[in-house]
Amino acid sequence: MSLLAQAADGAADTSSALATKLATPKVDWIAISPAVVLIAGALVLIVIASLAKHTKWVRGFSTWFTVGTALTAGAFTFPLWDRVNHARATSVLVDALHVDGFSVFFTVVAVGAVIMATLVLDGYLLREGLEGPEVFVLMLLSASGGVVMASANDLIVLFLGLEILSISLYVLAGSHLRRAESQEAALKYFVLGGFSSAVFLYGIALTYGATGSTNLTEIAKYLTNNIVFSNGLLLAGLSLMLVGLGFKVAAVPFHMWTPDVYQGSPSPVTGFMAAAAKAAGFSALLRVMLTGLATQRLDWQPIVWVLSVASMLLGAVLAVVQTDVKRMLAYSSISHAGFILIGLQAANAAGLSGALVYLFAYAVIVLGTFAVITVVGGRGDAAHSLDDYNGLARRSPFLAVSLTVFLLAQAGIPATSGFISKFGVIRAAADAHSYAIAIIAMLVSVIGAFFYLRVILRMWAGSDDHDESSTANTADAADTADVVAQIRMPIATQLTIAFAFALTIAIGIAPQMLIDFADRALLR
Amino acid sequence: MSDYLRSYLTVIFLAGAAFVLVGGTLSLSRLVRPKNPSASKLVAYESGVDPVGAGWSQSQIRYYLYALLFVMFDVEAVFLFPWALRLELFGVFGLIEMGIFVFILLLGLVYAWRKGVLRWV
Repeated sequence: MSLLAQAADGAADTSSALATKLATPKVDWIAISPAVVLIAGALVLIVIASLAKHTKWVRGFSTWFTVGTALTAGAFTFPLWDRVNHARATSVLVDALHVDGFSVFFTVVAVGAVIMATLVLDGYLLREGLEGPEVFVLMLLSASGGVVMASANDLIVLFLGLEILSISLYVLAGSHLRRAESQEAALKYFVLGGFSSAVFLYGIALTYGATGSTNLTEIAKYLTNNIVFSNGLLLAGLSLMLVGLGFKVAAVPFHMWTPDVYQGSPSPVTGFMAAAAKAAGFSALLRVMLTGLATQRLDWQPIVWVLSVASMLLGAVLAVVQTDVKRMLAYSSISHAGFILIGLQAANAAGLSGALVYLFAYAVIVLGTFAVITVVGGRGDAAHSLDDYNGLARRSPFLAVSLTVFLLAQAGIPATSGFISKFGVIRAAADAHSYAIAIIAMLVSVIGAFFYLRVILRMWAGSDDHDESSTANTADAADTADVVAQIRMPIATQLTIAFAFALTIAIGIAPQMLIDFADRALLR
Repeated sequence: MSDYLRSYLTVIFLAGAAFVLVGGTLSLSRLVRPKNPSASKLVAYESGVDPVGAGWSQSQIRYYLYALLFVMFDVEAVFLFPWALRLELFGVFGLIEMGIFVFILLLGLVYAWRKGVLRWV
């Protein structure tokens, strides 16, 4: 008998000894349907679009197909929402995923971000002369990664979701093929993001070493039943995971990539990044800290306190000195990450609910803001300096009014969703007796109001007669000085801005529905 | 020393053995071999062909695309071999799972083909 046959015999023996079949997990398809729909939609889209003979209709088709896919994924959250309201959490795929209100909430945010960003991207691709369904495919895949992250109950699955989300975003950041800044943004994001993923993975490994499991339920069980005396390994794992996720949500001191990447990426992609990637990063952060490592609260609360205060302060102070609106919004997004971290730092139900409301409201605001910026940026996506906003109110009252509301909302003015969200997290901090952080947050809001109001002032009171030719939109106005050329924009972009505008005001005036939604989406 | 750390001793011994083995043979051959250099002997080895240009010359981007495709199917093979050895263990579930995996990779190939990656221009 040859050696090979012997080996095959041996293999057959062991397999019969191991019982004939491996126990395979039962798959609850309804529970994982949003992610499956997003991935399947992305695959179908790339095949159809690449098989197409004529490329003329591809962009329009891709847009509507992407919106349709996202809507279908969103529709699948309805039966899930019904289910999670009756049961606590559905554990899927051998406890790898927990489908609960929390994950449904973030699925809604991710899907909404895809729809809004897609509608803006359609006009953007047309204007910039870019084609290709790849952008839409990557956005769908990225959202599916976000959905996996939000429902992951296992650190390895969470890491998988994080990588699907991030790798798609690296490519999306570089999707404007002819802008060097876009390529630069992609490279920076890729190098730093890859590094932070490695740090996060090392944190998972150390946590596994300390607790003997990567499953968050098991980790929580172990830490409840055992007191870890020499907890160096656990603390190292915990802090490395905080570093990795802190990078994704752009918290100081892991924020260095944010201004360059936000500035260089195509504007609609930046909006998507600020809305969906931040929400997904926070979903992972909240779930890991509040379920798996909830017993180590006293260890991570001070760290989160420092991260939160540093992000709020540094983000707001550095935003003041920016002259580029996209960079300014990048720093403001760092500052917002600090505000959301207050909710985590409070570590109570009010804090979690506040953080969820904040993420939802911020996603809407920031998508609307970057939709306006996309239009104002003009052909080449370059007109982003503060000067380009001078007299925007005359060139397009619609854009100016919407951007004013979005910026006021980010500053936290009452009757906008920004006020409700800031109020939620600060109240949670006060409930948890963290008065210092609550006071700092309120002071930072004042700094924030300055640089938001500066843009608003330029839009309404600034004169737009100097440096007219730099803005592509007003190029037609060069012949007659009196007539100001109106900015034209595609109907889909208009719809998106109007929708974000309406939602921002609606949440600001009647926030109860969103707060109820968040309250029922808490981790239980 | 704990048992856990002691198991790392194997690694250290193996690393030491590697250094001794490689260093020993190289220094031994240096002692015994004749040394008679000439200009053509010192030329960098490039599969028997005379090297042209500097080492930092640019290479064609299309090699990179082929490398990407190769890696894709190389990794697929890595997953396929252990799966094929244990197919009866996984049953129908394993068959469907691997079918989905291979199908998605094939979609990638279709995309690459339509994008003209497979054509050598």
